[in-house]
Amino acid sequence: MNVPEDLRYTKDHEWVKVLEDGTARVGITDFAQSELGDIVFVETKDVGTALKQHDTFGTVEAVKTVADLFAPVAGEILAVNEALDAAEVVNQDPYGEGWMISMKVTEPEQLNSLMNAAEYKEIIGE
Amino acid sequence: MPFIANTDRDREEMLQAIGAASFDDLLADIPDELRLKGPLDLPAALAEPAVQELMQQLAASNVSTADCVSYLGGGAYDHYLPPAVKTVASRSEFYTAYTPYQAEVSQGTLQAIYEYQSMICRLYGMDVANASLYDGATALAEAVAMAMAVTGRNKVLIAGRIHPWSLDVLKTFIEAGGEREILQHGLCDGVCDVTSLEAAVSEEIAAVIVQQPNFYGCVEDAAAIGDIAHRQGALFIVSADPVSLALLEAPGNYGADIAVGEGQPLGSALNFGGPYLGIFAVDRKHVRKIPGRLVGMTKDRDGEDGFILTLQTREQHIRREKATSNICTNQALNALQAVVYLSLLGKQGLREVAEHSLQKSHYLAENIAALPGYSLRYGQPFFREFVVDTPVAASEIVSELMKEGIFAGYDLSGVGDEGLLIAVTERRTREQLDDFVRKLGAFSR
Repeated sequence: MNVPEDLRYTKDHEWVKVLEDGTARVGITDFAQSELGDIVFVETKDVGTALKQHDTFGTVEAVKTVADLFAPVAGEILAVNEALDAAEVVNQDPYGEGWMISMKVTEPEQLNSLMNAAEYKEIIGE
Repeated sequence: MPFIANTDRDREEMLQAIGAASFDDLLADIPDELRLKGPLDLPAALAEPAVQELMQQLAASNVSTADCVSYLGGGAYDHYLPPAVKTVASRSEFYTAYTPYQAEVSQGTLQAIYEYQSMICRLYGMDVANASLYDGATALAEAVAMAMAVTGRNKVLIAGRIHPWSLDVLKTFIEAGGEREILQHGLCDGVCDVTSLEAAVSEEIAAVIVQQPNFYGCVEDAAAIGDIAHRQGALFIVSADPVSLALLEAPGNYGADIAVGEGQPLGSALNFGGPYLGIFAVDRKHVRKIPGRLVGMTKDRDGEDGFILTLQTREQHIRREKATSNICTNQALNALQAVVYLSLLGKQGLREVAEHSLQKSHYLAENIAALPGYSLRYGQPFFREFVVDTPVAASEIVSELMKEGIFAGYDLSGVGDEGLLIAVTERRTREQLDDFVRKLGAFSR
């Protein structure tokens, strides 16, 4: 299971990457996409939506289940990845082209409450 | 899939596999005080010929539209049902089929439903229709629930006069639980008072609802109502009679976001109130939020066309508490009857049914209005149905004419209103209409 070292992780299997300009990209992990199976649709809240940590920012639909997506940290949605129109990109490249939203981070200290790669690997049993 | 009964030996084998000595052992979890002690209090069994006679006696106490001339409407109409409709629907492959979860063994059922959906889209001018819901009233309730989910608002406004029983169903579905509200805008001469409507559509309104034609048979100014709804960011729900759409503008062409209707007039018998057919169709942008089954066309692994249940992630067996509805069925047989009916009649035939209903209802209305003591209640354009104020109580006219084999219409005191609601379909002949007028004339004062 791919668990990049440079990301932070939530217990609900989202990853977050802070970019140079201070914004954050969010998606779901390789483990999550593998558990979900073929992903058919991703729906997110609109650009401009304010989120508290753990608020749902959307849902991901797989053939057998629909799962909520949770904001890893507080902030505001700045952009939604248009590549999600072909939802299988999340299965194919969950950390790259399959990113879901980019957000403004309003409380950066919350990033410290998230897991690092080693801690996340442990909860997924690796 | 054939049904094979169990033999005593099969039952023995099953009990052994389970590890139970008898069937009663499997009921061990039911507390003793709740268990039935002794046989049920039922009459003794009758032999089959006696049962047949009993059933015939019971059935003979009913009269139906086969025996009487009917002017009853109010949501269900005595349109002519071609025998071919029942013949096709009675084929065991259709009649006994279960929900088509297994696409590979259900292509016939799925195709029939796909054709039904396509015809509904054409008739209602909408992009997507589902495989049907229970009936027009619950379809309206589902439309309201969907509009509230889509807009995040928790009130709806009814413009004009919808069927009072549809309103009852809406209240049951929607208002149970407190915060959601159904509001009714005022009427003027039997239809929505459009001049005062805009002020009533606040930002709390998820949708504005209109029934076309309305409960009184009157044609509402639906396009204007839709414009007002959209200006305030509300959705526009239209409940349209399918036969009327052969003559009236399709809801999709005047801005309906959700179109629903009662499909009984399309190939379902009156059935003493049901089963009927809930029509439900939407604009493309809402497809992921619609309730109910949806049949789609796709390619199989050999590249051949095939049909499947699609977008199932909307439904509650996958979406669970996030689904907008808990329905997981449709009225497959009634939908099949509708598609057979529409196929037999075609566009031209349906138009003729509508034209006869229109012209004959107007002929009758004019002649009744000319009788002393009778008047048409409303001055609106109407389709197939109209309200008449009567010289004596409507109930008296109904019960007297019943003795002469005529269902004179719906006595509106049944819904807290007054007068007689009279419907005329293509089945009525000039002789029947003239006879009805004569008989009504006997009550003139």
